[in-house]
Amino acid sequence: MTTETSTETNGSTGMATGTTGSTGIADTVTGLLGEVLSSRKEAAEPPVTTKADWTSDQEPRWCPGCGDYSVLTAIQLLMPELGARMENTVFVSGIGCAARFPYYMNTYGMHTIHGRAPAIASGLAMARPDLDVWVIGGDGDLLSIGGNHLIHALRRNINLKILLFNNQIYGLTKGQYSPTSEVGKVTKSSPLGSLAEPFNAISLALSAEATFVARTHDMDRAHMQEMFRRAYEHHGVAFVEIYQNCNVFNDGAFELITKKDKRPSMLINLKHGEPIRFGENMENGVVLESHDIVKIAKVADVGESAVLVHDEKQVNPSLALALSRLASGPFMPTPIGVFRAVDRQEYAEELSRQIAYSQDLKKNPGDLEALLYSRATWEVT
Amino acid sequence: MTDTITEIDPLPNASLDAPHQAPSLTIRFAGDSGDGMQLTGDRFTSASAVFGNDLATLPDFPAEIRAPAGTLYGVSAFQLHIGDHDITTPGDAPNVLVAMNPAALKSELGLMELGSTVIINEDAFTERNLEKADYEVSPLQDSTLDNYSVILVPMTSLTKQVCKELDIKPRDAERSKNFFALGLVSWLYDRPVDPTLDWVKAKFAGKEQVIAANTAAFKAGHAFGETAELSAYKQEVKPAKLPSGTYTNINGTTALGWGLMAASQSAKLPLFIGSYPITPASDLLHELSNRRDFGIRTFQAEDEIAAVCAAIGASYGGHIGVTSTSGPGLALKSEAIGLAVSLELPLLVVDVQRGGPSTGLPTKTEASDLLLAMFGRHGEAPLPVIAAYSPTHCFTIAIEAVRIALKYKTPVILLSDGYIANGTEPWKLPDLSKLPDISVGFHTKPNFTDEEGHEKYLPYLRNPETLATPWVIPGTPDLMHRIGGLEKEDGTGNVSYDPMNHERMTILREEKIQGIATDIPPTWLDACGDEDGTADLLVLGWGSTWGAIVSALQRLRKAGHKIDHAHLIHLNPFPRDLGEVLSRYKKIFIPEMNRGQMNMLIRARYLVDTISVTKVRGLPFTGGFIQKRILEILNEERGIK
Ligand SMILES: Cc1ncc(C[n+]2csc(CCOP(=O)(O)OP(=O)(O)O)c2C)c(N)n1
Ligand code: SF4
Ligand SMILES: [Mg+2]
Repeated sequence: MTTETSTETNGSTGMATGTTGSTGIADTVTGLLGEVLSSRKEAAEPPVTTKADWTSDQEPRWCPGCGDYSVLTAIQLLMPELGARMENTVFVSGIGCAARFPYYMNTYGMHTIHGRAPAIASGLAMARPDLDVWVIGGDGDLLSIGGNHLIHALRRNINLKILLFNNQIYGLTKGQYSPTSEVGKVTKSSPLGSLAEPFNAISLALSAEATFVARTHDMDRAHMQEMFRRAYEHHGVAFVEIYQNCNVFNDGAFELITKKDKRPSMLINLKHGEPIRFGENMENGVVLESHDIVKIAKVADVGESAVLVHDEKQVNPSLALALSRLASGPFMPTPIGVFRAVDRQEYAEELSRQIAYSQDLKKNPGDLEALLYSRATWEVT
Repeated sequence: MTDTITEIDPLPNASLDAPHQAPSLTIRFAGDSGDGMQLTGDRFTSASAVFGNDLATLPDFPAEIRAPAGTLYGVSAFQLHIGDHDITTPGDAPNVLVAMNPAALKSELGLMELGSTVIINEDAFTERNLEKADYEVSPLQDSTLDNYSVILVPMTSLTKQVCKELDIKPRDAERSKNFFALGLVSWLYDRPVDPTLDWVKAKFAGKEQVIAANTAAFKAGHAFGETAELSAYKQEVKPAKLPSGTYTNINGTTALGWGLMAASQSAKLPLFIGSYPITPASDLLHELSNRRDFGIRTFQAEDEIAAVCAAIGASYGGHIGVTSTSGPGLALKSEAIGLAVSLELPLLVVDVQRGGPSTGLPTKTEASDLLLAMFGRHGEAPLPVIAAYSPTHCFTIAIEAVRIALKYKTPVILLSDGYIANGTEPWKLPDLSKLPDISVGFHTKPNFTDEEGHEKYLPYLRNPETLATPWVIPGTPDLMHRIGGLEKEDGTGNVSYDPMNHERMTILREEKIQGIATDIPPTWLDACGDEDGTADLLVLGWGSTWGAIVSALQRLRKAGHKIDHAHLIHLNPFPRDLGEVLSRYKKIFIPEMNRGQMNMLIRARYLVDTISVTKVRGLPFTGGFIQKRILEILNEERGIK
């Protein structure tokens, strides 16, 4: 099998567009916006902030015990560590329980309409490559009504950090099956069981040409933060699926794999450059079955050298896709961590580059008068 | 099959030898989609513009890209109206038809007045082509053309002949036959030759064979008139007396694109266009995509919803967010436009209307999205609606639309239509230094001090005059805040389900839009000058009916009728004096390219009686049609008296 490894290091080396002023918006924007942007000369050092700075004055209104709280806390604690700036951070969400997230962050935020957050955020990211734009949505929001926008944002590699809060249910509308609900799920709208195969969000994102794809879960703050940090530092679009418990309408959906005592045997922690092993005593490993199918085996049976070494930088997503197919649901040993992190040109940056290029070609770029007179004209005296 | 009535302009008089002077002339080029009729029409238009005529054009092409050759539904036509006076429509019944094949003759002849001139490419009248056009007997052989002045020209063979001398293959030569037609028509109507030949050279630079073939065909066509002794058919339309200045011939799409670029410069803000291809709006996306050096960010989204959403995102970031579409796309954008109403962000939605419902008549014009633009959103979601009335008006109206969107921080819907978008007319180039300053600036400081003296930023604290909310863009230190589609508390913008607050916010959003009435000109009115209000009738128009109304009134007033014309540019809110204007007339006539949508709005709003005249045939109104209807109305009234 071919293992094309990208020769370049990917965006995770701190060259993130997330850090302020790293892309050329100011070069291509003049006028009032240009003034505001260039007047914002920030200190080179990252700001010193605390969780409290990142917390808005609005009381979260999720159900007590909802997994959304742990994600919120993880982010609010992480932001100061990232050295991000509140004023340069925007959270854009669609509709759903998860989509209330922006109200609780003391940043810029926009709670929009169902499914459309990736599209709105894409416009913002194109207009303002200087910002850190996060997209928040549930499984209904991002995979059902907004599925089209999601896959296109991923394929464009536009600089968005997309967090999918997957609770395998429609929470806000009080418990209907979602596009990630397992076949046969009994809900109010599927009293005899749901009929359709669920999406595997990781497979979907990989197939949509996403350059950064990761999975985490709401029971492990440190792991979530590691994934969010990696997403933040990635150059381009980053997609993170969070297994999130809805304790009211789908309680325990992930407990077979995320409960503390289950994790060693049920979560396969992907780490770049390391053999993919798990189990109480790391007794299991992931091995190749055929060129694009992987399976779990006892390391003792197959030998250490047969265990696959995880390579998140493979340009060809086949193996990452195979890993994403290892578990058909959160009741089997399930990989978490970064499936894929490759470097590819970022959309908004390329757009700015095209503008700069076109401006370089012209003696007087943006000369409207010259444009008006550029066609066949005639004089009337 | 048409409603057209005789133009006052005289028809060609074949008995005269010297070129006959005509005040105006309407020519229709028709052929197969592959015959290059749009290009031919375009070139004739340019030559006429350079010659100094006033003019208006109407491209009329099929929805299919390349329908099977020779079929009736594959006919592509281009009509233009040139004159020595103010020309406002592409003309009623053409005086001259150029028919390149039997299908073109069959589909277009019904538009022609008896006695008009028909120029035919007789080479194309083969058995096969006749069959495809459903002719059992060749119309060149029976009485079909008895009442027309017919000029039969073997255009294909003559073109091949001159090309043969240049060593050009007959197949390639055939493609130049439209230039033969153009040459002939240019000779008949005394158009300057150089603009066309220069254009050929520039357009096909590097393709010497094509230049040679087209030039030879054009010259052969030009010479043909002389040798075939067609001087009897010659006519001349003198230049028009236009205000002095530099002119170019422009269609509504380009004018709109340039207007948006001018608006961007006047507002000192960058332009962002999110769009999804749809006829007849795509050309605006093309025009602006070609202007990257102006800092314009164009974005071809995955669908119309994403297109408008991206524009909303860009506006939030401090750009002028624009989205362009046609009816089906406007329907898809509905929910997101409602979001922009709720967020109170600037946004411009351009709807280039076409025949509906559903896919309808994609390449034909209609003005039937008015009520969709006015009311097509859930909830109480008022927004300003404005309409362009002619191709060149698009430039000005684009700036006006952006002005309103920025000043009132609101989505604005700008209505154009397929006729305005593709139709052309001469445009006196504007003095850019005189463009209005429409910049609004961003807020960068707290706007509120609470009882304890803390400075705060309240995102929904309105400007008392305009009721607009402040515009703060992400990146502004210390003013972080959240906005969203949930109802907001007045002032703070925090989520609020309070019943009284919701009612207050609903009314505030409405008052903000209604308040724009004090910031727009009074009703555009062309009155006959009768202060005592004795005009027989008021014609109330909106959108592209403008040209047809003006042309009808030119004739009716000449005949002594006292008829006034009011034209609506701002459709929501209406000009503040509109009610008073309407009250002055006993009869109000509202022509529109739909089934009476403006009529419904006017009656509902002003409780006045009106006469609705509608037409939904995919073609613009003609002056003759309006003239005829007005005469009917006036005669009816006399009858009653
Ligand atoms: C256009 C539209 N359709 C339907 C809804 C109703 N709606 C709100 S949230 C939601 C589903 C939410 O599910 P999910 O995205 O999984 O978020 P969760 O509540 O589970 O976090 C639906 C169907 C809506 N707000 N807008
Ligand atoms: S319904 Fe479920 S997802 Fe929504 S807030 Fe309650 S627990 Fe959380
Ligand atoms: Mg959900």
